[in-house]
Amino acid sequence: MNTLDHVEGAYLRDDIPPFGPGDTIKVNVRVVEGGRERIQTFEGNVIARDGGGLRETFTVRKVSFGVGVERIFPVHAPIIASIEVVRKGDVRRAKLYYLRDRVGSRATRIKEKRD
Amino acid sequence: MKAILGEKLGMTQIFDADARAVPVTVIKAGPCRVVQVKRLETDGYSAIQIAYRELAEGQVTKPEAGHFKRAGVPPHRHLVEVRVDDPDEYKVGQEIGVADVLAKGGLADVAGISRGKGFQGVIKRHNFAGQGASHGAHLVHRAPGSIGACATPSRVFKGMRMPGRMGGEKTTVLNLEIVEVDAARGLLMLRGAVPGAKGAVVLVREAVKALG
Repeated sequence: MNTLDHVEGAYLRDDIPPFGPGDTIKVNVRVVEGGRERIQTFEGNVIARDGGGLRETFTVRKVSFGVGVERIFPVHAPIIASIEVVRKGDVRRAKLYYLRDRVGSRATRIKEKRD
Repeated sequence: MKAILGEKLGMTQIFDADARAVPVTVIKAGPCRVVQVKRLETDGYSAIQIAYRELAEGQVTKPEAGHFKRAGVPPHRHLVEVRVDDPDEYKVGQEIGVADVLAKGGLADVAGISRGKGFQGVIKRHNFAGQGASHGAHLVHRAPGSIGACATPSRVFKGMRMPGRMGGEKTTVLNLEIVEVDAARGLLMLRGAVPGAKGAVVLVREAVKALG
């Protein structure tokens, strides 16, 4: 156990579902505009999870109008209202950076995991 | 001046009320015991001596053991003197916790021994710019360049910045924001970095040069 685990424990969120690289998820993000708060959804493939503890982050990639867009979220950030796992992916590596080099439909296609 | 000794546990981040990530250093501060109170009448100035990290009886030298025995305090590893305005606020043997010294939202200074970096060149040690990567530079990319003139003064001036041992010296960081004070567990969170490695002993005091 790391020295700071008991310090970080109080700030960790326990309402985040388990997900990993290859999964397609919807991240509902709180956006504050002019004092008003609304929810914005960012949907895409999880291509990486980095770090540990309170500093853990994940990277979501989607292709929007032919342009690849990636967003990195801290797993325990308060701006995340909720996360929905849309689809489990069957992948063989932890970081799916190879998707960045792909064009067309192959850029987003990940085999679905069957139990 | 109020101060307390503690141990640097490491850095992490927490999220503030605006959901922004704040980089924090976590320090296990105190508890410290007052071992000696110095007064203007007896010592010429006002100060208290505080002790940190309790030890077993046999782990200190006899003179130190006597010093602690006189105060009626078990032996400790670290002894530090802190100047105070009014020494009558303190009693020998009194215990000092984080909450007695610092409050959330205030500013603090931290003094500690910086990490030893070994023998370093002038670029890392003194922020020299180094020399060209190209334009014919050969074997001199990170060299200091000229260290003085020729026959006059025919010597190198004292204090010329050169390569050498870096780090491992007392360093003080001023005006760190106090993000959290956990009195129950003796934990302290300060915004930003603090000198020393994890496990290093640091002195945390209320900011002496805080504006306003």
